[in-house]
Amino acid sequence: MSERETDSGDTAPGDEAAEGEEFAGGTSGYLVGLGLAALLTCAAFAMVNLPLVWRPAVPMALVVLAIAQMGIHLVFFLHVSSGPDNTNNVLALAFGTLVVLLLIGGSVWILGHLDHAMMPMGRQMHGFP
Amino acid sequence: MTAKAQDPYRIGRGGSGNSNTGRGEGGPASKRTTVGYGFWIYLLSDIILFSGFFAAYAVLAKQTAGGPGPRELFGQERVALETAALLLSSFTCGLAGVAAEKRKLLPAQLWLLATGLLGAVFLGLELTEFAEMIGEGAGPQRSAFLSAFYGLVGLHGLHIAVGLLWLGTMMAQLWVKGFRPQVLRRLMCFNLFWHALDIVWVGIFTMVYLMGVAP
Repeated sequence: MSERETDSGDTAPGDEAAEGEEFAGGTSGYLVGLGLAALLTCAAFAMVNLPLVWRPAVPMALVVLAIAQMGIHLVFFLHVSSGPDNTNNVLALAFGTLVVLLLIGGSVWILGHLDHAMMPMGRQMHGFP
Repeated sequence: MTAKAQDPYRIGRGGSGNSNTGRGEGGPASKRTTVGYGFWIYLLSDIILFSGFFAAYAVLAKQTAGGPGPRELFGQERVALETAALLLSSFTCGLAGVAAEKRKLLPAQLWLLATGLLGAVFLGLELTEFAEMIGEGAGPQRSAFLSAFYGLVGLHGLHIAVGLLWLGTMMAQLWVKGFRPQVLRRLMCFNLFWHALDIVWVGIFTMVYLMGVAP
């Protein structure tokens, strides 16, 4: 770690903070991340296979578990943190997330309505999920 | 009281007693930071590319044109194996990065090799799934749902295949050149790439496979 090109105020994406204790650092950080990610994955598969949740709520539960797991990956594997040395990385990530949400949400919303409006011609589509 | 105690996170960014804000005497960012940030921007644009395919799949998932749907086509066992292989490969890839930070060549190479083998297992499972589905007449031409499926999952598989090629060149570079700064930067970028692909896979196994077979 000492030979690394260090920087006074910024941390490269994926790098642990250059100084001080990192919340999700080192091998133990990866182990914790692996454990949590495996737990969430198992929970997602259990949602589908076991009668744990009210059936119409299963897709929403799956979405929540997936977002939680993406967060775990970001924090423990990609070392995104809230520290000031990570501000640039977090801002870029926030903008990317915004575009992704607009793209997926907008497509589903608009095309769901379009499909609904064209109901006499085809089958009814109940949007997604 | 030292400057570090007053400003432990260097919000003021000042070096030795420099009270200016901004970069000031610190000079431009290091190459590792700029390279990593540039690659981070690329990854975000790549994820936006994926989001287009995700949106297409979300819109077309029910348009099976009388052909087979997700429930008939997808087996959960194979998806669980693929997910486990990719998650473990993400883990071993991270450990390779940790070993490289500590300049330990053999552990780094072994963890990279494990990453590559797990990635190859993932790719093999995915290709057998595609081959079986096409053999059953559920190829990409069958319905809009299947076109979107092969587009999304195939794009991810293509990224994994490119990542495996990159992984091979990284192992060769570590072997021949050792821990030079540029090799370490490339390894950092590969780590980012591989972890990002695992994040995309979380979206795929949730939206395509689990929601497809959900009751």
